[in-house]
Amino acid sequence: MSYAKSKFKHKDLPVNDIGLTYRDYEGAISTLCAGCGHDSISSAIVHACAELSIEPHKIVKMSGIGCSSKAPNYFLNNAHGFNTVHGRMPSVTTGANMANKDLTYLAMSGDGDSASIGLGQFAHVVRRQLNMVYMVANNGVYGLTKGQLAATSDKGVISKTGDVSLFNDIDLCTMALQLGASFVARCFSGDKRQLIPIIKAAIAHQGFAFIDIISPCVTFNNHQDSTRSYDYVQDHVITGAITDFVPVKDEISCEIPEGTFEDVCLHDGSIMRIQKLDQSYDTNNRYKAMNDIEEHKSKGEILTGLLFIDPTARTFHELNDTTDTPLNQLKQEVLCPGERILGSINNSFR
Amino acid sequence: MKKTDVTTYEHFLKVVDCQQACPAHTPVPEYIRLIADKRYTDAYMLNWQSNVFPGVLGRVCDRPCEPACRRGRVEEEPVAICRLKRVTADFKDDISDRLPNIPDKKNGKRVALIGAGPASLTVARDLMPIGYEIDVYDREKKGGGMMRSQIPGFRLPETVLDEEIKYIIDMGVNTFYNQDISSLDALLNKDYDAIFVGTGAPKGRPINLPGIEQAEKHINIGIDWLSNVSFGHTKEAPKSVVVLGGGNTAMDCCRTAKRLGATDIKVIVRSSYEAMKASPWEKDDAKAEGIDIIVNHTPTEFVIKDGKFIGVAFDEVESIYDRGGNRKLQKTGNTLLAKCDMVLVAIGQDTVFPWIERDIGLEFNEWDQPVLDERTLQSTLKHVFFGGDSAYGPKNIITAVAHGHKAAISIDLFCRGIDPHTRPDSQFNLLSQKMGMHEWSYDNITDHDVRYAVPHVKWEKAVKEIATEVELGFDEMLALNEAQRCLNCDVHTVFTESTCIECSACDDICPVDCINFIENIEDDTTAPEILLKDKLHVNKSHKDQDYLISGRLKTGNIMVKDEDVCLHCGLCAERCPTGAWDMQKLELDNIEATIK
Repeated sequence: MSYAKSKFKHKDLPVNDIGLTYRDYEGAISTLCAGCGHDSISSAIVHACAELSIEPHKIVKMSGIGCSSKAPNYFLNNAHGFNTVHGRMPSVTTGANMANKDLTYLAMSGDGDSASIGLGQFAHVVRRQLNMVYMVANNGVYGLTKGQLAATSDKGVISKTGDVSLFNDIDLCTMALQLGASFVARCFSGDKRQLIPIIKAAIAHQGFAFIDIISPCVTFNNHQDSTRSYDYVQDHVITGAITDFVPVKDEISCEIPEGTFEDVCLHDGSIMRIQKLDQSYDTNNRYKAMNDIEEHKSKGEILTGLLFIDPTARTFHELNDTTDTPLNQLKQEVLCPGERILGSINNSFR
Repeated sequence: MKKTDVTTYEHFLKVVDCQQACPAHTPVPEYIRLIADKRYTDAYMLNWQSNVFPGVLGRVCDRPCEPACRRGRVEEEPVAICRLKRVTADFKDDISDRLPNIPDKKNGKRVALIGAGPASLTVARDLMPIGYEIDVYDREKKGGGMMRSQIPGFRLPETVLDEEIKYIIDMGVNTFYNQDISSLDALLNKDYDAIFVGTGAPKGRPINLPGIEQAEKHINIGIDWLSNVSFGHTKEAPKSVVVLGGGNTAMDCCRTAKRLGATDIKVIVRSSYEAMKASPWEKDDAKAEGIDIIVNHTPTEFVIKDGKFIGVAFDEVESIYDRGGNRKLQKTGNTLLAKCDMVLVAIGQDTVFPWIERDIGLEFNEWDQPVLDERTLQSTLKHVFFGGDSAYGPKNIITAVAHGHKAAISIDLFCRGIDPHTRPDSQFNLLSQKMGMHEWSYDNITDHDVRYAVPHVKWEKAVKEIATEVELGFDEMLALNEAQRCLNCDVHTVFTESTCIECSACDDICPVDCINFIENIEDDTTAPEILLKDKLHVNKSHKDQDYLISGRLKTGNIMVKDEDVCLHCGLCAERCPTGAWDMQKLELDNIEATIK
């Protein structure tokens, strides 16, 4: 096994606004199985952050336990990171976000980490509208413990060792929609042309952004009976619309595409351009999105793309009316202004 | 798009830039790996098989391989391929038991070689083991041609040259030294089955300027003077010397003059420093030895004062390039008088064939060069072949060697009554280098060291004596370190469409963004670089480098790999879950270097 990736890079590699190439956003060389979808997600995150010119030290990588949660080691070497207890990543992220709301929170979780042991935590962080990007690398199995069926496996599928999935599957996108997430998307790790713009838009979006990423487990769930294998997903994937992310500085020069499209202006002024392939496609309607997911699922298809976005939703800090200054930057004298100020506050109530 | 043809070796050979650039197609990465294994003798023999003079070429080759080296495209400097070749010669054991057996029973065919330079010696080396009887004629008292007469001992020690010539002569070649062939017609009457002309480009180009008659005694043709030095006829140089010309001969002239006692030496060139024809390292060495190189000056006359030669006058010029890129020299108005006692003229050399009668059926073209068939090196006189500088004018040793191989194949075919155009095919094989799960038979981890410099004797000591070799060669440690810099370009990334599941793991891991999965473009005729513009991670940066284009994959997409800066690190193959990528070594019969 090669332990190092060469530091040589292509001399013509584009440099972003802060003088870095995407190679500067990479992490350690992956120890996941060769061909693991999670590595493609890592690569998409690397490219998305580089293209957005985010300073790596202003990013926090959060994760729980599982193959998915190992992945943050393989991107953004210069970012902060916290590998939490199994299923408890949402609470720790909430804490971190409380302390410093100015950082970008990228969370990597898996189907076990979010749909089994961490389902309760997941539900509440969606409700809380925490400003973060919550990505689930969804492969339908517990890869780290040798391929048991996960709660996101489709009912009736057979595992590599022959077990049949007897129970209903949990669809995290439907759950997120139902619990009030303001940005919900489903992607396929093998399609970076879709995944990178959606990650970029999710980062630009202010509020809780959820991306369920079908990420085949090449070792335990890439067999003939699987509905999460590369072949199955490539054959059954359906895209309602092509999503493109147009950063603020490119808006003026960007070409107007042919056909029907819709522009969604995000909080920072960037634009999410949605080119409709299906005329009835609508990213403003939470209920239709849930319906669409189920409808396609009943036909055996996997609907991908941006499913729902509400750019006006209020975030946790807005709902709680916290100060503009991140809490970790508030000094003792501001938090505890002293007896004289306390006296004047008390006086105002007399 | 049109799928790359991977059923022949052409695509793969082109990826091995050094081997492709070498006229004799020396398998460079293979011998560098042998060095890394400390198998110096094996490495030497591999070289010997394709380039015949590893010890000589490891010192004085023009190194067409090095500018081609991929390393120069991913960092600053190429691998020191040439000096690693010298390592094989320096560290090898006795090779006499590895030389080919010479059959006692000859095949009855007799071949004459005219001139005993690198081209002729290569023909002898190739034909002796298959039973030919070879007579070689040379006007000098020893073989070697320009390798002996024009390359001074401080760059190429005589012992190295003698050794490598001996391997060939000792095969039983009949030598006729000190014999000037003055008539090809006379030789034709000696009933040789084939004649090979390898007489080089022995005539130094003269310069005709006002004052030449009176200055004649002070003017020498560079290559003639070097030849006189190497054969011991000239033992000293006057105090001040001017060398005209900017090629490697000029560099040899000035450095030789320094060793023969000259103290004030100027090389004066018409061109700019960058445009000088000499190899960059030759210029560096000359400067390090304290030689003055004056650029942008064109000579106007040999200056005679009071009936005595005092020096050469020059006009300063500027090089102006027109739209077509042609150089024009424009005078600036400044002049220069370079006083000196001797002028060495090194402004080029030419072939000359006064000894070939023009009425014997051997045709010459408008430039007085023999008319040759480029594929076979056969002249219009069917049993006379040419090679080396005499074929197409002055080139270099490695080209002469390549010509020698080519001509030897032609001569063999001709003598067996076969049309020399029916060249034997080169066999090739691609062999997987997989040893285990993620283990390869070669060092696939890219080494990031910068090029190691070759140690040399102190410059003060170097210039004292002509036989002192300046370069000491790599020691073992340096050689092993330098060998690690080789990227093993002959271990190819081979792609199999049918097993690819399009997981993009290879694309994600590739350190240099070579690998792309894109929608197929329905166009088989337009050039790929036009079709692929702005469709890949990075646009093509070197036009001469090829793409590896796959057939359609399961989704209808195709894989396009830009071979340009691939590090051959094998990570694509390591990350591939299905073995669609494999690292396979190209094994090639030495093209045009093996008689079958």
